[in-house]
Amino acid sequence: MALQAIAFYLMATVTILAGLAVVFARNPVHSVLFLITAFFSAAGLFVLMGAEFLAMLLIVVYVGAVAVLFLFVVMMLDVDFARLREGFARYLPVGGLVAGVLTIEMIMVAVNVATRGAAAGNATPQASAPDVTNAETIGRVLYTDYVYFFQAAGLVLLVAMIGAIVLTLRHKPHIKRQSVSAQTARTPKTGMKIVDIKPGEGISE
Amino acid sequence: MPETFNPWLWSLLTVGQILLIVVLLLIAIAFLLLADRKIWAGVQMRKGPNVVGPFGLLQSFADLIKFVLKELVVPAGADKFVFLLAPVITVTLALAGWGVIPLAPGWVIADINVGILYLLAMSSLGVYGIIMGGWASNSKYPFLGALRSAAQMVSYEVSIGFVIITVILLAGTMNLADIVKAQDGGFWNWNVFGGGGLANLPLALVMIPMMVVFYISALAETNRPPFDLPEAESELVAGYQVEYSSTPYLLFMLGEYVAIVLMCAMISILFFGGWTSPVPLPIDSWPATAQSIVYCLIFSVKVVFWFFMFAMAKAIVPRYRYDQLMRLGWKVFLPTSLVGVFLVAGYKVFQKVYM
Repeated sequence: MALQAIAFYLMATVTILAGLAVVFARNPVHSVLFLITAFFSAAGLFVLMGAEFLAMLLIVVYVGAVAVLFLFVVMMLDVDFARLREGFARYLPVGGLVAGVLTIEMIMVAVNVATRGAAAGNATPQASAPDVTNAETIGRVLYTDYVYFFQAAGLVLLVAMIGAIVLTLRHKPHIKRQSVSAQTARTPKTGMKIVDIKPGEGISE
Repeated sequence: MPETFNPWLWSLLTVGQILLIVVLLLIAIAFLLLADRKIWAGVQMRKGPNVVGPFGLLQSFADLIKFVLKELVVPAGADKFVFLLAPVITVTLALAGWGVIPLAPGWVIADINVGILYLLAMSSLGVYGIIMGGWASNSKYPFLGALRSAAQMVSYEVSIGFVIITVILLAGTMNLADIVKAQDGGFWNWNVFGGGGLANLPLALVMIPMMVVFYISALAETNRPPFDLPEAESELVAGYQVEYSSTPYLLFMLGEYVAIVLMCAMISILFFGGWTSPVPLPIDSWPATAQSIVYCLIFSVKVVFWFFMFAMAKAIVPRYRYDQLMRLGWKVFLPTSLVGVFLVAGYKVFQKVYM
């Protein structure tokens, strides 16, 4: 188990350090890159726990798609750091309060996990069968016991997608759009117009 | 796992296997790169590289030495760390994908349950090398190239994901070695023909278009022509690699080619049976290693065939315009692959009920 221990401490350290760097990096693009590092090592921790399906989903969905768009947006922003830091003192009390509450809550959760949960050896999570992969296990509960939640999540995503489309879709009336079917259906007959021009008159559209 | 499992010995062995695959792969890439240029030249009725070594066989090695010996220029305004990290990431991710590719029965470094998702993850992460390189160069052309590439790769990943789902539905597993084994026995068992002999043959009507969608999306995902918009030299000079020189540029190019060969391997595994032979071979009585070598050769032939197809696409298809690329990805491939998933899933369900 020495290898697992080494891997765990390595990835846990990287996750925490990357998380800190997200907050402390001066350049927002560096922050996003550290966030990606944190996602990546968190996926590694999932693999160590035997949840390889979740780990791959985390990488494909969050690192491969969401974080790319994140990076995309942050790179195009021209962030002025001096102006960002102006409001720092003003928001400190509120921010500090929220951070304090969150810290206390997380300590309580950690204490409970350590004393009552799996770490204390009370209720070890069990796979439904030894030879069933965890992708199959997730599928079995997701499409049976939690099918309504699954469908509801799908609906929420659909609504979000439609909302984004409605907000951004604009049809400008005077723009020429490419119609591939019209282009390929074009023949010399339809594409050409023969105009009989009288001498000295020219042609007007 | 053997009885006396020694973690250190295991680590050493795995590192040895990784090194072996990487070295073999890089040598293969050197010759595939030459083949790419030769095919391209052949289509245009040129000779291609023919000076270094017999038939120009050593051209890639000459290029390697040239790249390594050139001066490394880092632009003044560049983010130095990210600038140098980007090519390393590209090549590392491309090589990492090979960890789960089954080369022959049992010849795979990491036989993991979610191998196919791992491959999808590694190919989708490839965008980071490009986008980081483009941003860190602190220049307009690389940045435009990087933005294009980010949008392009994210778009085509969607259809690749759906096509992969059809294969997962046919094979019933996400383990690449099992997907290949499920197609064993002859070419009629390959996923491109429905993946189950005569009973699944109607599915060939769905799977052949899915294979084509995957092939074209793979071209777009690896930024190959006709989808090489991130580096469109007529508009963006060379896109994200404008500011790169010397070894970092070499790493970018190497990573690109490793990713291309990885995609060729993926098409072979997902649709054309990986290492399985098209007709049953009478070699069951041979020693296991000899059998594995034969199967590995069959796999290599399939990969090289698909590399040839990639090279031909580069030679004969003109580059897409950006809006056409997006139209193809979102309005053609996404609905097509979605319909494919429905049809395959429906066939699998009703086959159990009615047949």
